[in-house]
Amino acid sequence: MASSIRVRATSSGETTEVQALIQHPMDSGFIKDAKGETIPPHFIQELTFEYDGKAVFVADWGAAVSKDPYVKFSFKGGKKGDDLKVSWVDNKGMSDTTTAKIQ
Amino acid sequence: MNITDNGFAATRRLILQGASLVALVGFGNPLLGLAPALAAANDKYPEDAFKAKSDADAVKALYGKTAEPSDKVKLDAPEIAENGAVVPVSVTTDLADVTSISFLVADNPNALAASYRIPAGTLPSVANRLKMAKTSNVIAIVEAGGKLYSATKEVKVTVGGCGG
Repeated sequence: MASSIRVRATSSGETTEVQALIQHPMDSGFIKDAKGETIPPHFIQELTFEYDGKAVFVADWGAAVSKDPYVKFSFKGGKKGDDLKVSWVDNKGMSDTTTAKIQ
Repeated sequence: MNITDNGFAATRRLILQGASLVALVGFGNPLLGLAPALAAANDKYPEDAFKAKSDADAVKALYGKTAEPSDKVKLDAPEIAENGAVVPVSVTTDLADVTSISFLVADNPNALAASYRIPAGTLPSVANRLKMAKTSNVIAIVEAGGKLYSATKEVKVTVGGCGG
């Protein structure tokens, strides 16, 4: 199965800019479906980026993060060709992980 | 004789009670002091903060203190969001020693939207996209050097992102 995570990490030499796009419904639990039944909450709670065995960025998310969430940040260091590990866990215990090469 | 004995026993009991109270308080204090420190360490998903209704309660649950407005926190959000389901919001700051950045939408059912942990070496700048139920203040909180700084901007929403 294709990964739910799309990530692009670009090194400028001093810093690495990371953009991630994740496929996830991010249901808030406040929306009703066509039959008028509430769609139960289903959203990513924790998203972690690891480089060189260390967390460089950790997101704690609530249900108010948009569907198919996007996030951008930068960290110092990071070499071209090195791995950046991205993983998420949602409120139902589902998870996904991917590893991207820094460009 | 009996009366003095009782009196002595009673005094003794009082003293013992007092001593145990002091002992309890003595043990209690470091534990109480530890609790906020653990909360601030932020190494677990802050469930309670995300369940808080108001922005003030969420900030209190997350950090255990209040934020002061600062022009060093640069919050970028649209004046008008046509689609409340996807509102691009970003924050950047030139404050030093930033350890965390959080986003709140004051009038959402649960105010806290996202909280980011910023380890040393990661730049204090985050962009993301949030849902907004209706026109509301968007608040960015930056934790730097153990203190909280905030920036607020009103975003007008023409079509809500919650409850539709």
